[in-house]
Amino acid sequence: MRNSLLILSLAAMALVGCQRSTDGASSGSTTSSGGQLKIVYIPKNSGNPYFNEVVRGFEEAAKAAGADFTTTAPATAEATSQIDLIKAQIQRRVDVIAISANSPDALNVVLDEAKAAGIAVITVDSDLVGNESHRDAAVVPTDFTKVGESQIELLGSQINYEGEIAILSATRDAPNQNSWIEGMNETLKQPKYAKMKLVETVYGDDEPQKSTTEFEALLAKHPTLRGVVSPTSVGLAAAAQALATAEAYPGGAKANGPGLMLTGLSTPNQLKKFVQDGVVKGFQLWSPYDMGVLACNLGIAIKKGEVTPKEGAEFEDPKLGKVAFGKNNVLSAGPLVTFDKSNIDKYNF
Amino acid sequence: MLAKVAKSREMRTLILVILVFAIAAFKEPRLLSASSISSILLWIPLLTVMAVGQMLVIVTRGIDVSVGSMLGLSGMLTGMLFRAHPDLNLALGAGASLGIGAVLGLINGGLIAWAKIPPIITTLGTLSVYRGLTFIVSGGHQIDSNNIPSALTEWSLRGPVTIGGVTLPWLLVFALLAVGLGYFLTNKTVLGRNLYAIGSRPEAAHLRGVPVGKSVFACYVICGALAGFAGLLYASRYGFVNPATAGSGMELTVIAATVIGGCDVKGGSGSVGGVLLGCILLGVVNVALAVLGVAADWQVLVYGSVILIALGLDAFASRRQAKEVAA
Repeated sequence: MRNSLLILSLAAMALVGCQRSTDGASSGSTTSSGGQLKIVYIPKNSGNPYFNEVVRGFEEAAKAAGADFTTTAPATAEATSQIDLIKAQIQRRVDVIAISANSPDALNVVLDEAKAAGIAVITVDSDLVGNESHRDAAVVPTDFTKVGESQIELLGSQINYEGEIAILSATRDAPNQNSWIEGMNETLKQPKYAKMKLVETVYGDDEPQKSTTEFEALLAKHPTLRGVVSPTSVGLAAAAQALATAEAYPGGAKANGPGLMLTGLSTPNQLKKFVQDGVVKGFQLWSPYDMGVLACNLGIAIKKGEVTPKEGAEFEDPKLGKVAFGKNNVLSAGPLVTFDKSNIDKYNF
Repeated sequence: MLAKVAKSREMRTLILVILVFAIAAFKEPRLLSASSISSILLWIPLLTVMAVGQMLVIVTRGIDVSVGSMLGLSGMLTGMLFRAHPDLNLALGAGASLGIGAVLGLINGGLIAWAKIPPIITTLGTLSVYRGLTFIVSGGHQIDSNNIPSALTEWSLRGPVTIGGVTLPWLLVFALLAVGLGYFLTNKTVLGRNLYAIGSRPEAAHLRGVPVGKSVFACYVICGALAGFAGLLYASRYGFVNPATAGSGMELTVIAATVIGGCDVKGGSGSVGGVLLGCILLGVVNVALAVLGVAADWQVLVYGSVILIALGLDAFASRRQAKEVAA
């Protein structure tokens, strides 16, 4: 069995990196092949609809700019497999590496290698918090410092700012999750939310099974729970299915009093059915597509020396217009969108 | 004598299940609430369906680590079928998932029984191949909840019997059917007897005229079909099928449950009742860890320790029994 476990982990490594390539210039662009910039984007994991949307933004922006775009992703969201992928891209002599980091510090050394090789390094969606010097700039989908507040406000408006609430997160070490949870805790200190009480924060590891089990345990432990916020798309989708199964949503057959309101962050397609069925009233997300566009254009501009990231400096995106660098060279793509019955049919991702 | 040992093995697992449940329920009485019991009842079926197939394989001294990937690929293909034909009859969907799984198992079985590639190597290969195919056929996109028929998700919600607010979901009924099938195969058929004979002494089985190749082939096909069916149950339980997460890593849980249930990895022994108890134990432990509110940082460690304790107790008891027999 010990041997088999070893082989198993080797096999898992072999699984890493199902590569997809789209050549922007081959489809009619007039850029000379010699000057074509090579851009790669490494998402947290493959098969994630959210990152597929970021990839779509990259693809279209690269096509418009006449750059060569590739994406490659680890099968599971862990930092060690990203290290190997980055090394391979340095050897491929790409010009820009954009990455959604699975760890705030595990990638420091390999990213330094990339920078030393003259590659522009940009983090997308998930930044290297505390280790910002190891990348050139970061593109975040929205002003992250406001996500926690925005989610609590949405949940508050759904439960009349009153009652017990809980948080269902992803993994314990996910930097973006932790910063949003911190934002939620801060927001709850405001007088407006004084009657909302956070009773527990649990972690579903972004696995459907674990997320479901943790969510159902919340229902068991806190019978008077009014709201759950799950700022992760796997967690929220699993929780929505579990809530539908438990029939504990507002108006459900087994609802306790006014029922439990579930909200969080998710792509619209994942929750469309639950919004239409009344299991979930509303939830939020930014535009991952815009984030891909901005990251792609910024990477090209940095590599070409057209922009030098600096707090307060401005970058003119060909598609999204002017955006300003914040602290630690962070650019944000736009505000959160709330999806509910009134608008969810307009989105398809 | 053999039957007696097997029986006591099941008794030991049963006692452990009761003990773990009692201790957890004593620490947190809410484990006895209807919603916690439902949570356990919904945790077990997927695992049980896959563990029955795994047991048949392990009995022959084999192992199938591709079951999680077979679940993923079958769940994905069946989900795509539902997406293309939203009004598809559920029985047809079930047939499709079983058939897809059987084909995948057929590939495993063929490579093992006739190409003579060792089971661990074969299924490690197909673990990656089937997962890779899942990404390729889906283009990296998941099947969303609006593409899963409501009638299918109702299998997790409704069932034939409701006791004290707890519904025995259809999912569990299917799992028990799989257990019934496993019982029938192992106790009432020539194939079942042959599988034990092969696992006990492969050379002797061959000399006695047991069709070794055919029997081994058959058990991988059955294992694949059950893993494929688990793909459909997965779609019912979780309401979406993601190419990366569906079934990923489940092979380890399945093997753990099978071994805890008394299957010897050296082949020749194991009962379907024990395997069911192994699945129940893991279901209770996983739900209890969440309901007890064990800190996330500690859960994995505690879970692993419970598996080790279960296996350690079993090994200890077996050794003592063997000594008594010798004396």
